Amino acid sequence: MTMHAAMAAAGPRLWLKPALSRAGLCWLLALLLAVAALAALGSGAVAISAGQAAAIVADRFGIALPWPFGADQQAVLLAIRAPRLVLGLLVGGALAASGAAMQGLFRNPLADPALIGVSSGAALAAVAVIVLRDSLFGAVAGAFGAYLLPVAAITGGFGVSWLVYRLADSGDRLDVASLLLSGIAINALAGSATGLLVYLADDDQLRSLTFWSLGSLNGAGWDGVAIGAPFLLANLLLLPWLADALNALLLGEAEAGHLGFPVERIKTGVVALVALGVGAAVALSGVIGFVGLVVPHLLRLALGPDHRWLLPASALLGALLLIGSDYLARSLAAPAEIPIGIVTGLLGSPFFLWLLFRQKLMGH
Amino acid sequence: MKQTTSLIHKLVRAASVALLWLTAAAPANAAGPSRIVSVGGALTEIVYALDSAERLVGVDSTSLAPAEAKALPQVGYMRTLSAEGVLSLRPDLLLASAHAGPPAVLEKLRAAGVRIETLAEDYSAAGITAKIGTIAALLDKPEQGRALAGQVQADFDRLAQWRAQQDEQPKVLFLMAVAHGAPLASGHGTAADAMLTLAGATNAVGELQGNKPIGTEAMVAAAPDVILLTDVAANAIGGLEAFYRQPGIAQTPAGRQRKVFVVDTLALLGFGLHSGQAVLELAKRLHDEPAVAADAGAGR
Repeated sequence: MTMHAAMAAAGPRLWLKPALSRAGLCWLLALLLAVAALAALGSGAVAISAGQAAAIVADRFGIALPWPFGADQQAVLLAIRAPRLVLGLLVGGALAASGAAMQGLFRNPLADPALIGVSSGAALAAVAVIVLRDSLFGAVAGAFGAYLLPVAAITGGFGVSWLVYRLADSGDRLDVASLLLSGIAINALAGSATGLLVYLADDDQLRSLTFWSLGSLNGAGWDGVAIGAPFLLANLLLLPWLADALNALLLGEAEAGHLGFPVERIKTGVVALVALGVGAAVALSGVIGFVGLVVPHLLRLALGPDHRWLLPASALLGALLLIGSDYLARSLAAPAEIPIGIVTGLLGSPFFLWLLFRQKLMGH
Repeated sequence: MKQTTSLIHKLVRAASVALLWLTAAAPANAAGPSRIVSVGGALTEIVYALDSAERLVGVDSTSLAPAEAKALPQVGYMRTLSAEGVLSLRPDLLLASAHAGPPAVLEKLRAAGVRIETLAEDYSAAGITAKIGTIAALLDKPEQGRALAGQVQADFDRLAQWRAQQDEQPKVLFLMAVAHGAPLASGHGTAADAMLTLAGATNAVGELQGNKPIGTEAMVAAAPDVILLTDVAANAIGGLEAFYRQPGIAQTPAGRQRKVFVVDTLALLGFGLHSGQAVLELAKRLHDEPAVAADAGAGR
């Protein structure tokens, strides 16, 4: 019996009756994502028709299309909407894929990327920069300029998850339960330190901090994408590579070891990749809750627990959810804007609840 | 027949183009920018006072006065502007309070060719008159600007004159919020602190920096003669009577003498056109006139 057959037999059939094959569902998600990306590119507060959007993009590659557009439309599309879309795709994908990987690693559907301290660490560093910028970071702030905040947040995210990891690592073995506990402890500590900084903040700083608690893709530019893309892409491209190993881990660590997987290296790899992706995501878009927890959970109901499908599908649905939410965030109150964390929560949780109750009624 | 209709169509189109051109050209007669987005309550108020409301195409959510301003397209809270949202209003000038942001969005707007004029926020008469001067110059209304600045200065001069006649400085505690556990008191460096100084009062918690939560005991120790509550805070706690029943309040001089006042935050802390008058009115209440004192004493 192959490992996957063993897993399918051993794992409880929690997922719903498939109306589509797993490949079909992934293709459908990819198609929806492509449509949503084009729609996001073609709609917003400034009127740009789909044809014009296509013409502007084609123009960048030296192709002339028969839809005339203005210089201001070109600027809006290329400098504001396009980087925002790219960031939304990468952040949404990385958050959801990280969630799927964490749930696999902890063998618990309630696991969330934030568990290893990366979000609280990034938020702590960002808040520290905002509050202490003038008093502590004077010289550094000058050298880094606008990059100080994202760079500090990425560093803070890595730093705190490294600490969580070290605390759980007994030298030869990473104990997942210890990882969970040290994550909880360090998260609480980072949260308190953030609270202390918030207490010290003046009114202006306090209001700048709201961004970090609710998240936003507002203000995303190509420079931000350039900082975050290497980390986010590493997360998105390398996590699926560990899918077989995560599947094996579902059977238990000893079993995975017997199947020939280098269990300790895999656990370290998952933690490192999640820290990379989520750290960069938080640095560039604040703390966007819900996506990492619920997207993989939802897909597990539809696809089953096989990470070979779960990881790419989570990335697709996470990206779809985030750019859809961002579209609503920037268009519902236009020309004003709603923080995206509010939209992801409002969109996702009722659907999630409906799914849970449906499952309950079906007798699971 | 077909020829005639197409001719009529052409004529109608020509006429409407001409009409569009005329209406579009009309605002250009007035000098200066014609499509302004104003981000900051005091700035919006000044544009209105300079009779240039027709040039406003958008305001932020702090622009609450005059009431007509609330009908203009809203670009949201001043610190969370959206680059595309602002651009969609096609502004040729963004009047921005120093608090406007986030910086990345302002940077994008600048890159998109929007002219941004940032006006310093300074809690003083000079700060307000400087704003008026800058905006009047931008709108090419220097005369009206000077007159308006003169009025504001006159209000503050009256206030200073009145303040010079007082020999006592009541100790005042300003509370921004009272819900959620500890009340939030305004210390040094806040608009409330500047307003109290102008009103000839001492900030009872002047040693604190910024708005800080304050414990019940610290509030009693600060021994304020008067407590000022923002209207929002008073509503949140369920009115003035409910506030008097809060632990510790009865132990302060202000609580004993029932001298807790609810104030209009916008007029007092906005440091806009009417702040001079508003602070003078408050100052008179703080340095209680004999009649008010007797009345307050009766409630003891």
